[in-house]
Amino acid sequence: MTVAAEGSPPLRAKRAAAGSLLQSEQAQGMALISPTLLYALVLLAVPVLVVIAHSFWTQDYLTIDRTFTLENYRLALTEPIYRDLLMRSLYISLTVSFFTVVLAYPIAYFISFHGGSRKSLWLFLITIPFWTSYLLRVMSWKVILGYGGVLNSGLMGLGIIDEPSTAFLYNTTAVILTLTHAWAAFTILPIFVSLEKVDRTLLEAATDLGDGPVRRFLRITLPLSMPGVIAALLIVMIPTVGDYVTPRLVGGKDGVMIANAIQAQFGKAANWPLGAALSVTTMAIVTAMAGVTVFILRWAARRAR
Amino acid sequence: MIEISSVSRSYGAFKALDNASLSITKGEFFSLLGPSGCGKTTLLRMIAGFDTPTSGTISVDGQPMDGIPANRRPTNMVFQSYAIFPHLNVAQNVAYGLKRLRLPSAEEKRRVEEALAQVSLSGLDARGATELSGGQRQRVALARALVMRPKVLLLDEPLSALDKKLREQMQVELRRLQQAVGITFVLVTHDQYEALGMSDRIAVMFGGRIAQVAAPKEIYQRPVNRQVADFLGGMNFVKAEIVEENAASITVDTTGFGRVRTDKPQAFVRNGKAATLGIRPERLRVLWDDATSPHEVSGKVVDRHYFGEITHLIVEVPGLEKPLSVSETNNFGADDIPVGAPIRLAYDPDALVAMAD
Repeated sequence: MTVAAEGSPPLRAKRAAAGSLLQSEQAQGMALISPTLLYALVLLAVPVLVVIAHSFWTQDYLTIDRTFTLENYRLALTEPIYRDLLMRSLYISLTVSFFTVVLAYPIAYFISFHGGSRKSLWLFLITIPFWTSYLLRVMSWKVILGYGGVLNSGLMGLGIIDEPSTAFLYNTTAVILTLTHAWAAFTILPIFVSLEKVDRTLLEAATDLGDGPVRRFLRITLPLSMPGVIAALLIVMIPTVGDYVTPRLVGGKDGVMIANAIQAQFGKAANWPLGAALSVTTMAIVTAMAGVTVFILRWAARRAR
Repeated sequence: MIEISSVSRSYGAFKALDNASLSITKGEFFSLLGPSGCGKTTLLRMIAGFDTPTSGTISVDGQPMDGIPANRRPTNMVFQSYAIFPHLNVAQNVAYGLKRLRLPSAEEKRRVEEALAQVSLSGLDARGATELSGGQRQRVALARALVMRPKVLLLDEPLSALDKKLREQMQVELRRLQQAVGITFVLVTHDQYEALGMSDRIAVMFGGRIAQVAAPKEIYQRPVNRQVADFLGGMNFVKAEIVEENAASITVDTTGFGRVRTDKPQAFVRNGKAATLGIRPERLRVLWDDATSPHEVSGKVVDRHYFGEITHLIVEVPGLEKPLSVSETNNFGADDIPVGAPIRLAYDPDALVAMAD
């Protein structure tokens, strides 16, 4: 501390004297990030702006009528079909993120607290399913859940059911199951990192003050790893709302999500403005949902004290 | 209060603690002093319940601690890093252990305030844990442990993270606090001044063994061997030969100091005829002008180091293998003695101590 205190005044003086140098440093910094900045602008910001612009226009057969209108939003928010799809997407995404985090937490906890010197090996093993493509992993769930699938033949072999059931595949549950599996590793990592940062002496201190393992976990470990839990929830929640492939492959008629409807508007239905309005609505709702989730978890963590 | 009987702790082939036995009495300020890796922290952690002895038993307040987990022991600890819960404020940190007792909230509040007052932190209840200075963090850690009214308070190098001024101030406060609350304190430290200044008794440890247990003055003046003497500050060592040993005293022959009879230190174990005679640098006084003393040695100043309030003189004495180190206050001009000057030194024969090699 004393070193820093002694070191700072000359540093500040130097900074003030070399204002022009700082400017050039800033310029250098801008130059350094400009390729990525440009990339982000062209491929991220511009497309989003294009989508937002389209959502206020109207499709006029093959051309776009560029007069401002809110009709698309009226449709997106009032048509029962879109409301249902949006609600289902939110339900699926919330359920998936909840289960992924609940299942990932013990794994992350185990690696962090009992992984010993093999922590990196454990983490490496977790990534193994990701060596195959996402599509293949989703397809393999079809193999497991399908009419002639592993689950059906297993249950029949055990004599629990007499004939193959169609209840496993092509519904919301199948989508939830597949997505939960697909996102597991993405949630283990942030939770693991936040658990690693929990100072182990704090746990000893809690024990010293009379806490058994369970109370200690609830009062120290869990609140301190909350940032990782929140990150994990958001990492899963945000992309799964708009997932398109999984419902398409394992969702069937009952598992259709909002992204499938958006795809239809941009594709077969050829109504880009409505598709754009649906996209923007989804984005807004996801943002709100993420915000609310963060708020609730923070509040709960504070209450737990 | 604490009985440690033949406690050993091994990690594989490494013996962190080797057959240690200690008895700490109620209300005592007891220090475990030694260099890093001497086993002092291991012993403290075993009293707290964070580590288990490989063999031997520890009992606190007459109750054997075998198999009793840390959270059910009548001990509380102040950690070296303080381990302040970062997500809680000062009052919540202090109240942490009380929550489990389910006290009425007024009673809980009163005890938290009392504990904060004891460590002079009143009014900081709502301060966040991350907004505290090092000294304040330490006080919170102390209050958090004291509020539990433990039978024994364990302190693991509590002052090592503080700067010198604050450390000296906290030493005084810790001692005052201990006397006020009357709880048995067990302090682990590698700083001999800390141990000497605060403790009722000190156990000096080396390599997993307890070398000497005694009051600060005894340990400083009558160290049992060279290692202990050396760890507790400067000491001039003079080669000696034992000519007579009985229950109370030892007589040795030396070249520089002649034949000397000294009190026998407790736990003295002779190792053949060879022994060492020691004298602390501040127990050698410069004889000015024509002052004389019945006990004096003379030599030549070969080096001089100035330390503000004192000066270290390095004096070569004919017949001594190594020059003597003399620590003299600067009241009379010891800082002006030129290098190369002849010098006479007086000593009190009581300041001489015979040690095992």
